[in-house]
Amino acid sequence: MGRTRIEETTMAKYLLLKHYRGAPAPVNDVPMDKWAPEEVTAHIAYMNDFAARLEGTGEYVDSQALAPEGTFVRYDGPGRPPVTDGPFPETKDLIAGWMIIDVESYERALALAGELSAAPGAGGRPIHEWLELRPFYGVTSPATAE
Amino acid sequence: MNVRELTPAVIAVLVRRGADFAAAEDAVQDALLEAVRTWPDGPPRDPKGWLVAVAWRRFLDAVRADTSRRRREDLVEAEPPRVPGSAVDDTLQLYFLCAHPSLSPASAVALTLRAVGGLTTRQIARAYLVPEATMAQRISRAKRTVADARFDRPGDLGTVLRVLYLVFNEGYSGDVDLSAEAIRLTRELAARTDDEEVAGLLALMLLHHARRAARTGPGGELIPLAEQDRGRWDTRMIAEGVGLLQAALARDRQGEFQVQAAIAALHADAPTVEETDWVQIVEWYDELDSPVARLNRAVAVGEADGPRAGLAALAELDPSLPRYPAVAAYLHERDGDLARAARLYAEAARTALTIPERNHLLRQAARLNAGDHPASG
Repeated sequence: MGRTRIEETTMAKYLLLKHYRGAPAPVNDVPMDKWAPEEVTAHIAYMNDFAARLEGTGEYVDSQALAPEGTFVRYDGPGRPPVTDGPFPETKDLIAGWMIIDVESYERALALAGELSAAPGAGGRPIHEWLELRPFYGVTSPATAE
Repeated sequence: MNVRELTPAVIAVLVRRGADFAAAEDAVQDALLEAVRTWPDGPPRDPKGWLVAVAWRRFLDAVRADTSRRRREDLVEAEPPRVPGSAVDDTLQLYFLCAHPSLSPASAVALTLRAVGGLTTRQIARAYLVPEATMAQRISRAKRTVADARFDRPGDLGTVLRVLYLVFNEGYSGDVDLSAEAIRLTRELAARTDDEEVAGLLALMLLHHARRAARTGPGGELIPLAEQDRGRWDTRMIAEGVGLLQAALARDRQGEFQVQAAIAALHADAPTVEETDWVQIVEWYDELDSPVARLNRAVAVGEADGPRAGLAALAELDPSLPRYPAVAAYLHERDGDLARAARLYAEAARTALTIPERNHLLRQAARLNAGDHPASG
């Protein structure tokens, strides 16, 4: 009765999302400007090395960092300028940046997110930061799924 | 000789033969790609003639594929017309066209890099971190914008210089060294013009480029001027920049780029940071009135007359200026108010414009918060 699972596609893209606010507090929760300078340097080196290693394995797609302050904007009707609002200091969810990876399995995505979360922070110890792992929708359906 | 250096001259030949600029530029880009493909096996004896021949053929092919029958008859049937050489330098005209005042700075930069610099759309896209299709659209829209611009009268040298300055400031990303490319294009421009500000810009670029190796550490971190290993500055490049600047200043028609170059030259001239002639640097800053220059002036005043004087100069400026908190942090640290400086560095990190700057400022905040006072390199 065993059923062989046939993979429909070879690779899947995932977003590793990092938050300024909105994620549960990390284990090693010290703001970066309170670290020792060499700890800041070590953290940056870890992040760069991580991205370079994923480029090497052919799994890296993109990473970007966002400035902390933004504005909400919406359409306000014909002939009127858009309405802006914010920034809202009480906003619960504030995205700091992301990395996009293209990997063979969900398990691989989890493992990589775990590694990224182990980036060193205060005292040189891992931050254990909570990262949000979100799968991308595919943009084409498998040809066999007609 | 790099094949790209022939780009503007070959475009100009096609335009003189009657091709419109947009089509000529496309045809030459095709010819350049073919040159990159085939020349390694056997470079032609006359590279420019080869490019002109291939580009003209490409242009005619494109016209044939075009629906315009009349143009086809006009151009294909005729021998390449011999247009008498015009009095104006064709390459110079291309600089003007690509930096035409009707173009946005981003469009002018992209068009200049392609039509004057001979870079491919892919290279330009990678350097500016946008998809190739986006850059291709930016370039073709720019070409449509300047389609009706006259090709036979001098343009605005000021906009050309600003475009080259923007290219220079992009630095190095993708597989193209945009700073080096900006220097090459400015050098070409300087050879074709007799203008103090062109010389001033070239001097400014050389004086900054000379410090590039010393400006970043092994992990890509920024190293501020005061902490740079001056032994790693390129003295030959500095000498060339200083020579160009002195000749320009001697003509007594000062401009913004000459003034900026003079400031860079004073830094280059100091064997150690302590020997910097800050008094003269402040005097040069007095000649500039951009917000960035006035922020830098506050730093220089702080060095010349002490941090209190620097803070007083800063107090006259708009606190919402980019990098204001970073300058305030620096001056308060010099003034001994370390807690305030640490807070300001952290604020400056939050509002930094680039990741290397943010990381640098975070490290400064961390250094003060850790009680590690002397600035460490």
